[in-house]
Amino acid sequence: MTAVLPTQSDSLERGWLTDLEDEAIHIIREVFGQFERPVLLFSGGKDSIVMAHLAMKAFWPCRLPFALMHVDTGHNFAEVIEYRDRKVAEWGVKLIVASVQDAIDAGRITETPGQTRNPLQTIPLLDAITSNKFDAVMGGARRDEEKARAKERVFSVRDDFGQWDPRNQRPELWDLYNGRHRTGEHVRVFPLSNWTELDIWAYIEREGIEVPSIYYAHQREVVDRDGMLLAITEFTPPREGETVRMETVRYRTVGDATCTGAVASIAGSVADIITETAASTISERGATRADDRASEAAMEDRKRQGYF
Amino acid sequence: MPAGLLRVVTAGSVDDGKSTLVGRLLHDAKAVLADQMTAVEAASERRGYEGADLALLVDGLRAEREQGITIDVAYRYFATPRRTFILADTPGHVQYTRNTVTGASTADVAVILVDARSGVVEQTKRHLAVASLLRVSEIVLAVNKMDLVEFSEAVFDAIVTDFAAAAASLGVAHFTPIPVAALSGANIVTKSQQLDWYGGQALLEFLETVEPAVRADLPARFPVQVVLRPRTAEHPDYRGYAGRVEAGVLHRGDKVQVLPSGRVSVVAGIDTPTGELSEAPAGRSVTVRLEDDVDIARGDLIVVDGVPAPVVTRELQATVCWLTDRPLRAADRYQLRHTTRDVRAIVDLVESKLDIATVTPVPASELNLNDIGTVRIRLAEPIIVDPYALNRSTGAFLLVDENTGATVAAGLVR
Repeated sequence: MTAVLPTQSDSLERGWLTDLEDEAIHIIREVFGQFERPVLLFSGGKDSIVMAHLAMKAFWPCRLPFALMHVDTGHNFAEVIEYRDRKVAEWGVKLIVASVQDAIDAGRITETPGQTRNPLQTIPLLDAITSNKFDAVMGGARRDEEKARAKERVFSVRDDFGQWDPRNQRPELWDLYNGRHRTGEHVRVFPLSNWTELDIWAYIEREGIEVPSIYYAHQREVVDRDGMLLAITEFTPPREGETVRMETVRYRTVGDATCTGAVASIAGSVADIITETAASTISERGATRADDRASEAAMEDRKRQGYF
Repeated sequence: MPAGLLRVVTAGSVDDGKSTLVGRLLHDAKAVLADQMTAVEAASERRGYEGADLALLVDGLRAEREQGITIDVAYRYFATPRRTFILADTPGHVQYTRNTVTGASTADVAVILVDARSGVVEQTKRHLAVASLLRVSEIVLAVNKMDLVEFSEAVFDAIVTDFAAAAASLGVAHFTPIPVAALSGANIVTKSQQLDWYGGQALLEFLETVEPAVRADLPARFPVQVVLRPRTAEHPDYRGYAGRVEAGVLHRGDKVQVLPSGRVSVVAGIDTPTGELSEAPAGRSVTVRLEDDVDIARGDLIVVDGVPAPVVTRELQATVCWLTDRPLRAADRYQLRHTTRDVRAIVDLVESKLDIATVTPVPASELNLNDIGTVRIRLAEPIIVDPYALNRSTGAFLLVDENTGATVAAGLVR
């Protein structure tokens, strides 16, 4: 039988990455086995790319048996949207775009001038879940990212309002995932729960997975804002008093362009990124996400309301 | 056991300093990044604490930080040059014991904390009972706050003696006692001079070097998760059974039985997207092809012929940890989830429960939240089980409330 994905050793070496891969594939197959209408969140960021790769491995030689969904703030990096559309075509899968801009235009949500659209993703996400009758939503969130996420289950039930109740979570025992839910409820599933940022990059290297170019060092016009290097884009023009300069940077996370910062880096390959990540003294979100600095419990509060 | 990875659960009662110990372990193992430490320092200062409260590294929820207690399991990831760790930090409060059960269900090592000033308390015995019941293969007794008892060897020895008595009545063959002071870091990463009478390893060194006992292996068990039938031009007749090997080693050419039907066949191939395997050990997610066209669906179990054979049964004798407020009584009905199979279940009889204070079983007619007891269960359809003592995957089940979907019990086949 021929291989369809980049080859790797088929020896029985039981590395840590193989363990994580086996666990994630087991989880994704459980989703298919237990739910009627699952969907996989895909933003073109590294975590969702790894999750999509694992999902395709889980069902090979069948095609991916569910759609991808992108919750689009409209404030995107062009390189990431190009990557997203190219991969969707290559894989022959269906992409659903839940648009923050559409929700603003329809009056479902109101944008606060000068504020990031990141928290506004919750309403379009929940609307899309309801209108498509999705009962399971797979996300690429990792427990090592943030202290509220460290408390998250692999199968996490959301009520009719999409809310997460961290004090009343189901016990999750062994690898017996309980996806039972009532009508109107849905379950968020996190196959990459036990992966760290370093694991993601090591796996990208091992599997030879392509990621958008903005993860690698490149020249970009930036300003210093909120203690981050923020790229100058059509959504983020320089403010008065800010000095625009050219820097060699890369992105550690890919999110909304208005609240995702770049890091100074000359890492031009996955191997360089692994070296840099291993030596980093700043966490992924600490380096790059303005929205998590708002308060000690910013992520918990967003998650309670139905955010990823 | 995969090389390099160790799953650890920590448990202790309220104020034993468990989150501080975990924070200290992460901090001293250099798993805390600069911005996370800055955030902890700022949060500690806002609360008027002297110095950084390392517990704030792990207590992530608003309510936890406000009340200064751990409410839910937090998973932490760190690596040393010798090993990669997944650490499940579980709450101490009695009402959150169910979360200790959650953390222990996947753990190789349990670190049970005791405050040197209060010694072995009821909650310590409960945690020991959970760790022993769920077959966590290594148990560490960490006697914390040794600095508050003047690093006294006599205090430490008395606590170890108490703990050993409880362990003996639960049938725990061995455990490793370590005196520590999490606040100052004594004996966490490096050995402390103040504990010069202690001849053993510091906690991290123990975790880096311990080799959890390998459990008795069974002939391969393979619960089917999904049947793969692509029906494409490239694979018109492909029929594969996707799942994970849950015991033993599955080989191409193995003679197998499909349960519960009892049909026999031979493994024609073990597929992965990157090529075929000649064998797959427990833990690997693969796709199995059989030589014969057998009717197989999700929930079926493919087993390799051999001894001991699994039991196909509609009646279970089991130990359960009761995880919800509403008590369990005879004649209660639930959904039972086992491997990839869901069946309806009736609890015929509650036999006994563990009295935590004396660590012995006593007769009981109902089980309440956090009780551990023995029951008899009748099933609408057969499931295929091994005793939990032989295999965690085929010996474990959940009871699920049919109306709310809540997981109400962790069950272990006897």
